[in-house]
Amino acid sequence: MDEPDISVRPLWRALLAPHLSAFLLLLVCQSGQAVAALTLPTLSADVIDRGVLRNDVPHILHMILIMLVVAACQILFSIGTAWLGARVAIGIGRDLRSAVYARVQLFSLKEVRRFGTSTLITRTTNDVQQLQTVLVMVLTIVMTAPIMAIGGIVMAVRQDARLSLLLLVSVPLLALIIGIITALAIPLFSRMQGQIDRLNQILREQITGLRVIRAFVRDTRERGRFAEANDGLTDTTLRVGRLMALQLPAASMVMQLSSVAMVWFAAHRIALGEMQVGSLVAFLTYIIQILISVMIASMLFTVAPRALVSGRRIAEVLATASSVAEPERPAALPATARTRGEVEFRDVSFAYPGATQPVVRNVSFSIAPGETVAVIGGTGSGKSTLVNLIPRLFDVTSGSVSVAGVDVRALPLESLWSLIGLVPQEPFLFSGTIADNLRYGQADASDEQLWHALEIAQAKDFVAALPLALAAPVAQGGDNFSGGQRQRLTIARAIVRRPAIYLFDDSSSALDYATDAQLRAALARDLAPGAAVLIVGQRVNSLRHANRILVLDKGEIVGAGTHDQLLETSPEYREIVESQRGSEVAA
Amino acid sequence: MSAADLSRAQGPAPVTGPRMAPPGRGGPMPIAVGKPRDAGATLRRLSAMLGANRLQIVLALSFTLGSVTLSTLGPWLLGRATDLVIGAVSASRAIDFGALGQLLLFVGALQTLAAVLNWLQAWLINGLVQNLSREMRRQAEDKLARLPLPWFDRQPHGEVLSRVTNDIDNVTQSLQQLLSQLLLSLLHLIGVVAMMLLLSPLLALAAVVSLSLSYGLARLLAMRSQPLFVEQWRWTGILNGEVEENYTGHSLVKIFGHQQRARAEFEKSNRGLSDNAFGAQFLSGVIQPAILCIGNLAYIAVVIGGALRVAGGAMTIGALQAFIQYVRQLNQPVSQISGMAAIVQSAAASAERVFELLDAPEMSPESEEPADAAKPLGHIAFEHVRFRYDPARPLFEDVSLEALPGQTVAIVGPTGAGKTTLVNLLMRFYEIDGGTIRFDGIDTRTMTREGLRRHFGMVLQDAWLFGGTIRDNIAYGKADATEAEILEAARACHVDDFVHALPQGYDTMLDENGSGLSLGQRQLLTIARAFIAKPAVLILDEATSSVDTRTEILVQRAMALLRSGRTSFVIAHRLSTIRDADLILYMENGNVVEQGTHDALIARRGAYWRLDQFQMPANG
Repeated sequence: MDEPDISVRPLWRALLAPHLSAFLLLLVCQSGQAVAALTLPTLSADVIDRGVLRNDVPHILHMILIMLVVAACQILFSIGTAWLGARVAIGIGRDLRSAVYARVQLFSLKEVRRFGTSTLITRTTNDVQQLQTVLVMVLTIVMTAPIMAIGGIVMAVRQDARLSLLLLVSVPLLALIIGIITALAIPLFSRMQGQIDRLNQILREQITGLRVIRAFVRDTRERGRFAEANDGLTDTTLRVGRLMALQLPAASMVMQLSSVAMVWFAAHRIALGEMQVGSLVAFLTYIIQILISVMIASMLFTVAPRALVSGRRIAEVLATASSVAEPERPAALPATARTRGEVEFRDVSFAYPGATQPVVRNVSFSIAPGETVAVIGGTGSGKSTLVNLIPRLFDVTSGSVSVAGVDVRALPLESLWSLIGLVPQEPFLFSGTIADNLRYGQADASDEQLWHALEIAQAKDFVAALPLALAAPVAQGGDNFSGGQRQRLTIARAIVRRPAIYLFDDSSSALDYATDAQLRAALARDLAPGAAVLIVGQRVNSLRHANRILVLDKGEIVGAGTHDQLLETSPEYREIVESQRGSEVAA
Repeated sequence: MSAADLSRAQGPAPVTGPRMAPPGRGGPMPIAVGKPRDAGATLRRLSAMLGANRLQIVLALSFTLGSVTLSTLGPWLLGRATDLVIGAVSASRAIDFGALGQLLLFVGALQTLAAVLNWLQAWLINGLVQNLSREMRRQAEDKLARLPLPWFDRQPHGEVLSRVTNDIDNVTQSLQQLLSQLLLSLLHLIGVVAMMLLLSPLLALAAVVSLSLSYGLARLLAMRSQPLFVEQWRWTGILNGEVEENYTGHSLVKIFGHQQRARAEFEKSNRGLSDNAFGAQFLSGVIQPAILCIGNLAYIAVVIGGALRVAGGAMTIGALQAFIQYVRQLNQPVSQISGMAAIVQSAAASAERVFELLDAPEMSPESEEPADAAKPLGHIAFEHVRFRYDPARPLFEDVSLEALPGQTVAIVGPTGAGKTTLVNLLMRFYEIDGGTIRFDGIDTRTMTREGLRRHFGMVLQDAWLFGGTIRDNIAYGKADATEAEILEAARACHVDDFVHALPQGYDTMLDENGSGLSLGQRQLLTIARAFIAKPAVLILDEATSSVDTRTEILVQRAMALLRSGRTSFVIAHRLSTIRDADLILYMENGNVVEQGTHDALIARRGAYWRLDQFQMPANG
């Protein structure tokens, strides 16, 4: 997937807007906190200069009150900072998560496939979390730094402008040291990230591919790959660690030496009577305050690259529009649509974006109410694409698909979907109970209806045998049921909906033949007279009873008719039948 | 100013990148927050691992001690310098700049030395911890290679992965923090308090009281925020689960009209997560101001009390200045130390999970003098084999069968009949409970697992490929495969047909899920991988069930080629693929119910015949 150039800035503006007042208040609190923190040393300078040196005990005692008030202010402001910082950062995280989720929900299958499900999950969860963590840090800690630094400089200059010139040396020096270390560390950090990913990938492969690795006796190769990755990672972390080990002592040395130099210069100024002793004490505090702020600000450099990557990944999702949009002027659903299922493909072609060859080419066919049409064809013949075009999981590249006589692109999406019962290729269940899953598309279905659907789907026996029956828990993805059981439950889920249009996408692959046959018979008996059925599959047995079978080859219909007709007319169909039946069919 | 103060400016140790999320169900997991069961024992074991580098540890510790001692002297010496100035000024003497200069140079040299020592200890600890981390990863991976398959089958893959990655990472980061910061903070605290006592026992008392108060407050707040953090992780789990589920079932959510409800549920979890995250964040964020608050009170007490004492002549101004600097240095170590308990706990919980992995029972040892077939023929015999996954649930009770060299044995039967089990036992992925399995007459238990498996080629149902090029994936079956062999396998197995349609051909990179290829194409690749291995025995585990029928014809031709001269075990749902097998085993509930050729079994009109009736297209 090519990375479009995504700018994060407008995103930030939009996200900050709802929290603007809280954010401004946060700035006020941080400034207040900084001012209070910087006032305390000034006050103690005053205590020393006016109280101690002049032996003015009442003044000293008087200062207690002022200092306590300032200290109290500092506390209030810093609690405010913690509160507002957390509020804003977490609020933005929540909004962002919501926005990404809502956007992904709108995506068509095209966008979902383009990104990939797993990265969409990571972007909604991990990346937002990552950003939120950095945001908390920035809003509560890092942002205070410039305020403190500026405040500290102002105070220092007010206290003694000439002595403040010292800051012109130590601040740039510290910034330079941190800058160099960070500049050297950032490429190492990104290399390290790559190495961590690599190590994880190797391990994941070792675990998921265990049987294959052991069967092919490739253990030594795997171990070698791991050792190499492990050494590479350790090497980089060691180098990063050594670099970072330098930062603290170097910075602390700059501060200590600045203090020493300050005492030296201050002594000269005091000797000349240009400065008071109290100022020296205050100054020692300011200089440290300013330098710590520079250090804290440098934290931004270590967290920013990571946050930027997450931000870009999120912005990319938010900047992607769904290729399937609601119609601007939606058509009304015909009154008969719910009882008479009708599907028509008119000269439909579909190509994936960027693909040179269309997956489906000039396909025309229709399903009348009460009719069952089957599509058979090889892998990559475009069978599943046909199914996906009806509920607009994709939109046609050319031609049209209509339902109940209306182009699907003109129908409101929700009403279109309400007509359809889909049984997907991957039998996916949602966590919850069996009943929750069966009611997934029909929230008001009665227990009786559920049992009826289970009976048709040949799932009644195993569900009834569960201790909790309909209330039996379903794990995420349906992992606590076998593939065959899951498939039958997904079929029951579609039946409960009583849809006008059934779409079976290769949905009996995990069933044994006996069950499959029973299911087909039960379904045929039970279907509403007006329901249209589209079955897509590879097994002749599952399809041969359809009213019409379409043979799809490389996206084109190469044969159509009943099983018997096709045996006569379609060499492709005969080939398929023979491959599944053994040699005696040919006779 | 001390290194401990500065370490806060550094923020959380930027040692590794974002925490790695385990794949699979449950989505990205938060870091370990569980409580260790026996923290003491775990920590002892961890320190034993570290203990191997005793010299480095002792060195690091003494550097820390030296660095802290020197830097603690700083403010006191600077105070002496101030006194030198004040003394001269108040006595209206000229300042002795010679003495002052000497003193300041001495302080400067001392601080430089302190910084160098501090740097050395950080360097040493970094090396210590990162090498421990590598060693733990190595041991863990080593262990994975020695663990039996049943162990893996019992736990989620994400869980195993998380132990080797997240947990080791967490242990490393925590250790680094503990070793470099805890010690530094503690020593620093001791040093500062000692200097304060020297300067003024009375003021020191005020400082120590505030110290204990702020420690208590910090602990209290940390304890209060802990349950909120736990709640936050819980909600994170819930939310991640929802996202994963609804994204995986993306189309279903839409078509079944569940969008609104899914959205509402998500918003609910999102709010739950945010509310708890806010509480946790705020409470832990307020620890700092709280410590500062008490620190400020101590500061005021010191300034005022000190001022009064200086005014009364009981103390010099330089001492007061030093004291003020010291009292400012108390806050940071306190909040560091108060946060350590949580770090220790989290590290111990993670270390425990790692040790659990390292202590898991391994595969039975290989036999001392392993037997092997010099020229493997592929004669396989099961003799009264007994095996159960679950001791309470009978599976293989008495299975006997024989495959002569070159024969094709087909195994059919309903799901759960034990077809895959047969493969597990044949390859010694699982060990049998009784009876014997023989390869060319040799009891497979007397062979090494590797030696045995070298004679087998296997194509599994799930079409696992590893991240690498298509060429690498084919070559996986044979360590020293030549380009010609790879191409031969690719052509025979019809991989070549679709590879040419790919932009990078054989150099096309596959990710670990093999995405970009259809399931059928992935299976063709796994077939080519087995083809190139040219094994004596071939196992095809429902390998063709997802390959479409037309491709299957091609695959079957390749298979027939592959099977010729080799013993083959074929497990398939479709009887069409196994009609020409030399022996067909019909299995049910772990037992071989019927065996014979296709014709013989049809003539028997038993279970196999019934199955065949169902599968016959166009017979009615």
